[in-house]
Amino acid sequence: MTLGSGCHLKSAFSMKLDLCKVVNGCRLGKLTNLGRNGDKSIVFPGCMLYTRTGSAPHLTYDTMQTIEGLPLMTQITLSTLAECQEVLEDYKQGIGKFIGMPDSLFYCSLQDPVTTCPTGFNTNKTVSMWGGGGRLEMTPLKFMAIQNALQADWFQCLSYGVVPGGNSRKRAQKSVDRSLAFLDECLRLQEASLVPQKSVMIGAIEGGEVLEERLRSARETATRPVGGFLLDGFQGDVMDKDSRLKLIAAVTGELPEDKPRLIHGLGKPDEVLECVERGVDLFESCFPYQVTERGCALSFSYNYQLDPETAVLDPSEIQEPNRNGENTDDNEEPDKDMEQITAFEISLSKKRYQDDFRPLVQGCRCYCCCNHTCAYLHHLLTSNELLARILLMIHNFQHYFGFFHAIRQALKDGQLPQLKSLISKQSL
Amino acid sequence: MAAAAAATAPLPPLSLRILAECGRSKARACEMRLPHGPVPTPVFMPVGTQGTVKGLTTEQLGRLGCSICLGNTYHLGMRPGPELMEKAGGLHGFMNWKHNLLTDSGGFQMVSLVELSEVTEEGVTFTSPYDGKEILLTPEKSIEIQNALGSDIMMQLDDVVSSTVTGPRVEEAMHRSVRWLDRCIAAQKNPEKQNLFAIIQGGLSSELRKKCLEEMIKRDVPGFAIGGLSGGEEKDHFWKMVTLSTDYLPREKPRYLMGVGYATDLVVCVALGCDMFDCVFPTRTARFGSALVPWGYLQLKNKQYYKDFRPIDESCECPTCKRYTRAFLNALFKRDPAALHHITVHNIAYQLTLMRSIRESIIQDRFPRFVQQFMATMYGSKEKYPTWATEALASVNIILE
Repeated sequence: MTLGSGCHLKSAFSMKLDLCKVVNGCRLGKLTNLGRNGDKSIVFPGCMLYTRTGSAPHLTYDTMQTIEGLPLMTQITLSTLAECQEVLEDYKQGIGKFIGMPDSLFYCSLQDPVTTCPTGFNTNKTVSMWGGGGRLEMTPLKFMAIQNALQADWFQCLSYGVVPGGNSRKRAQKSVDRSLAFLDECLRLQEASLVPQKSVMIGAIEGGEVLEERLRSARETATRPVGGFLLDGFQGDVMDKDSRLKLIAAVTGELPEDKPRLIHGLGKPDEVLECVERGVDLFESCFPYQVTERGCALSFSYNYQLDPETAVLDPSEIQEPNRNGENTDDNEEPDKDMEQITAFEISLSKKRYQDDFRPLVQGCRCYCCCNHTCAYLHHLLTSNELLARILLMIHNFQHYFGFFHAIRQALKDGQLPQLKSLISKQSL
Repeated sequence: MAAAAAATAPLPPLSLRILAECGRSKARACEMRLPHGPVPTPVFMPVGTQGTVKGLTTEQLGRLGCSICLGNTYHLGMRPGPELMEKAGGLHGFMNWKHNLLTDSGGFQMVSLVELSEVTEEGVTFTSPYDGKEILLTPEKSIEIQNALGSDIMMQLDDVVSSTVTGPRVEEAMHRSVRWLDRCIAAQKNPEKQNLFAIIQGGLSSELRKKCLEEMIKRDVPGFAIGGLSGGEEKDHFWKMVTLSTDYLPREKPRYLMGVGYATDLVVCVALGCDMFDCVFPTRTARFGSALVPWGYLQLKNKQYYKDFRPIDESCECPTCKRYTRAFLNALFKRDPAALHHITVHNIAYQLTLMRSIRESIIQDRFPRFVQQFMATMYGSKEKYPTWATEALASVNIILE
């Protein structure tokens, strides 16, 4: 018993966070002593590799390995894996080996960020998950049993998330109270376990849009022996941007500096930078997946080091306005997917790409851009071919991971304002 | 003078070197040289209907050892169309495939989309499923599109009749296919870099097949396909037509058996003297969750695999088998198309490995033994061997024990 909890503590606290630099609230740093052998490290601000049922969407190991800057930390989601509990318990070797990524680090979140699931099924004893087979009721005991089978490096503790917008104070309060109770129960179960614990718990900060509840959640969670913090429930656009950013800043202000801060549900380039400025370290990478699913390619520029003079001379380096402009030559029906398109991407199914023999993004080094043209992608999309989304996923992941690299570089060089202005210029 | 002219004459776009012939059956191992590199035969050619083998990058396909794959003239001619293809540097440039390509004539869609088509001496009239317009596909048009696609091997437009049809229509189609071959030869613009294959028709009639063979062999084409089979006819009729064709076809030219891709059919038809095969089966069945193994197939969607921590096939060297278990593929299948890609990779690896093993056994003069082992592994016991396969193999002196 003592031995077990001793191992757990040693494991949880052997992870080390080094802050290299803090500029205007932005944290540049490194997490070390990660992984089974404590020999892995990740840098932040950064993002995790998005997966569904442990698989990077559309990709096999070989196609995934073509991507530069692949994050070492992979995000798996409990909702897409809970049904595999029994399988993983029999397998015994953990999620990494099971999904064919034995060298990755894993963070397990509760819900899949892309799937919208019904709310209002939570009680003070259970949280509902929506897997492929319908609703799954999760008690702390069941939750910890699954985590034991998954053996992720980090996992989001069972929490009571509320969708932002329209929450009463009472509901926000309930989300905080219940999440803290789940956290205490999970910690107790982890302590009581005779199995040496290898996984670090990430405490979820809840409280909807109510500032006092968010602060209470942050303060209370920070007093527990968690390995890091998750800013949960900021997804969607019901909450206006200013109040959201105020809440995020208020929460990170309450958190200890030596533990990582993760956020769910925010991933557009401008949102990422706003969160980084408010002290958030780690993000998901479901945004490039969503872009892929609607047949689009990320095309925004994050090359902040461009001399403005040359930038004018080489317009192909930044996004070409005519490639995504308002005055479209095609009369395509706007459908639901199309409404989601952001200014950071181009929609390759548009007719104007039919005979465009350039790569998706000039100068991009990804497998797709090195080998294929917009015209080919247009053809694959209009023919509904599986390869379309494989190639888009490769490009979008690499582009997105490159963006995070640029953020770290800009912080190092003291040029984040330049990057920020480049991004906000494109977000219009 | 004559020698100098011969030296400057361009190399033919196809040459076939016979490396070994089975001492007992009609099986042979060759190297076929094409403009985009050598192709070891017997060869299975994966199908990339719309300029992509479904779910695989060209790099993956190349790494699996594929040296030739198919494109579909009908589909690519409709979308994106020959003009765009020419601008893209042909189908090779469009899909960025560095190895060889074979394109069909578009004629096969006459069978598969028969309600939409009408055949006259001029050509085939289709109603395009893309925009509902009527399109006339003539031999000249087919070759024009295939010239634009720039495939290494083009197929003549043939008059395809379902192999279950009998009567005068079959004879008419055979004669018309011969006439259309001549029109295709006349229309071909790139004989120095694209090969045009003839397609032997004649349904299930030995007489008509012989007549067709006789006529077509007179034409100096670089290779021959055996067409009009593999459309639901009795296997007994099928293998007899195949073996009759290879009996007549010239030894020094490649023989392509169209639409054949089941493992047993491949082994038997290699024994009957065929060199090239194509079929959507391995890739299509992968997308339904079926993984090919030497003893048949595994339906990975089935519950029996959900805790099966073995690879699809322990003896398989493909990227899927080296990394993933049946249990993981079973769990992933419901969730993400990546599961289909994993199985597609495996199934293509299975087909190509099978052809490589067949080829090695021919070169090492142990093909009959290979066939014995293959059949024993695939069916377990002799009672389960399909009669047609046993008979077909016996016809070329391979007696299954």
